Amino acid sequence: MLSIEEVRRIASLARLTLSPEEERLYAGQLSAILDYVKQLEELDVSGVEPMTHALAAGEAPALRADQVREGLGAERALAAAPAREGTAFLVPRIIE
Amino acid sequence: MPVADFDVVLGLEVHAQLLTRSKIFCGCPTTFGAAPNAHTCPVCLALPGALPWLNREVVELAVRTGLALGCEIQPVSVFARKNYFYPDLPKGYQISQYERPICLGGAVEFTVGGEERRVRLTRIHMEEDAGKNLHDVAPDGSSGVDLNRAGVPLLEIVSEPELRSVDEAVEYLKALRAVLVALEVNDGNLEEGSFRCDANVSVKPRGRERLGQRCEIKNMNSFRFLRQAVEFEVRRQVEVIESGGKVEQETRLFDPDRGETRAMRSKEEAHDYRYFPEPDLPPVRVEPGLIAAARGALPELPRARARRYRERLGLPAADAALIGSDPEVARFFDAAVAAGGQGAEAARRIANWLNGDVARLANESGLPPRAWKLTPGALAELVGLIEAGTVGGPGAKQALEECFRTGASPAAVVREKGLSQVSDASAVEAVVERVLAASPAEVERYRAGNAKLLGFFVGQVMKEMKGKGNPALVNAAVKKKLGGP
Repeated sequence: MLSIEEVRRIASLARLTLSPEEERLYAGQLSAILDYVKQLEELDVSGVEPMTHALAAGEAPALRADQVREGLGAERALAAAPAREGTAFLVPRIIE
Repeated sequence: MPVADFDVVLGLEVHAQLLTRSKIFCGCPTTFGAAPNAHTCPVCLALPGALPWLNREVVELAVRTGLALGCEIQPVSVFARKNYFYPDLPKGYQISQYERPICLGGAVEFTVGGEERRVRLTRIHMEEDAGKNLHDVAPDGSSGVDLNRAGVPLLEIVSEPELRSVDEAVEYLKALRAVLVALEVNDGNLEEGSFRCDANVSVKPRGRERLGQRCEIKNMNSFRFLRQAVEFEVRRQVEVIESGGKVEQETRLFDPDRGETRAMRSKEEAHDYRYFPEPDLPPVRVEPGLIAAARGALPELPRARARRYRERLGLPAADAALIGSDPEVARFFDAAVAAGGQGAEAARRIANWLNGDVARLANESGLPPRAWKLTPGALAELVGLIEAGTVGGPGAKQALEECFRTGASPAAVVREKGLSQVSDASAVEAVVERVLAASPAEVERYRAGNAKLLGFFVGQVMKEMKGKGNPALVNAAVKKKLGGP
């Protein structure tokens, strides 16, 4: 079972604000998901290379040739932007 | 304890922008200087449903770099998501490599204070660059975001913490940069940010085994700033320890205006990037054929080139390193040596002119070697004219300036401008006689034993001859006419 502390940390990393009820709810749901996936641990995979992808290396389609392709252009890129200045997206002040 | 009683331990992470035409996962161009967001598409804007497609050239350039630095190229490597939130990162994660980078090991070799050093590399991996934040673009202080750079391919080259001083760090960086430029994988431009460096700095009391807590410093876009930043940070950490405190692991930003580092607000929270394999990209396989082809195509590297210049042509170490570090200048030099001067003496003269007057003219005009009107053959020709005694130093200098400006042949310039040296003994003697007749008092003092005046007479003769007198002849004629003291 995930602890409330763990749920709070995950929420904070994901920039989510949860109410105390939500924290309890998600602790239960997330734990259920993890338990479900955990069933895979019952399989003996000692002779299997660890996989990171459904396609093994080399089964994938060819890589892309290094050629420039027409993009959207600034106007279309900004078409759905809530705020802009010139052709830059406008966001709240960033402090580094 | 003063700073001198502490050991400094440095590790460097270099981000080098790869010289591809298009971005790493989409076809947008990588060129610098376009209007904000002009070079964007659904992939690099992170629009829903867009999928990355790896640029083959990025893999080839990574392999080339790994081979040149002696890394083990991994037959299979894996892209991973590095998750964090920042306005210049539209997906909310950066596609990078984590547990399985494309290169492991390797080393960078350099010379510092006459000592040969070899600093090992931990790894090299491929990743995408973030966009660019534009500060204070709106009256209310809002920031702008330009995603032209988002998705531009980078190599991250990570050293082991084996650098022991800021001098070593600077020489390491210069050597690494020269290799990347020679390989044509990176343009080496620090100011425009295509070659960037972060430093991990820690200190420990001299002789102590255990490393101190390290701080990561960002934002050093010149060798001078790297030096300032690391020196400041070392002093700061020593002061913290001296006053009984503990150095906290944190990310600090160098402020060039103040010459200081300060903790970054945006990185205050300890980072947990929650890396996981990128599901949108299959593992990268590097075929043995690609490695063999890249190995066969490796150019001569700067240190090997400098060694060749020292050992085969007898160039002094400093000249050899200077020419060897810039592939374009080296190509020019090789061509000039091949064109004209056989032998070490001609090569040395060519190197002197190249590092001296040619470098000055190139600097003043701001032209890279490929844009020079001066050809390697012309420089060789000029050196030939000097060796044959046809033209003296001042005349050659004047001819070079003309050739650099117009691309004319030195022989033609010397002829047309009347720069050739006067090597006719009777003509020289006539001038000497005139000069001696005009300075009877000095002649008397010379004959009375003031031998230093010889230089005065030679100078007067050269002036009279507008610098075109053959120096050996002038010297001999002056001595002869004065009669020896």
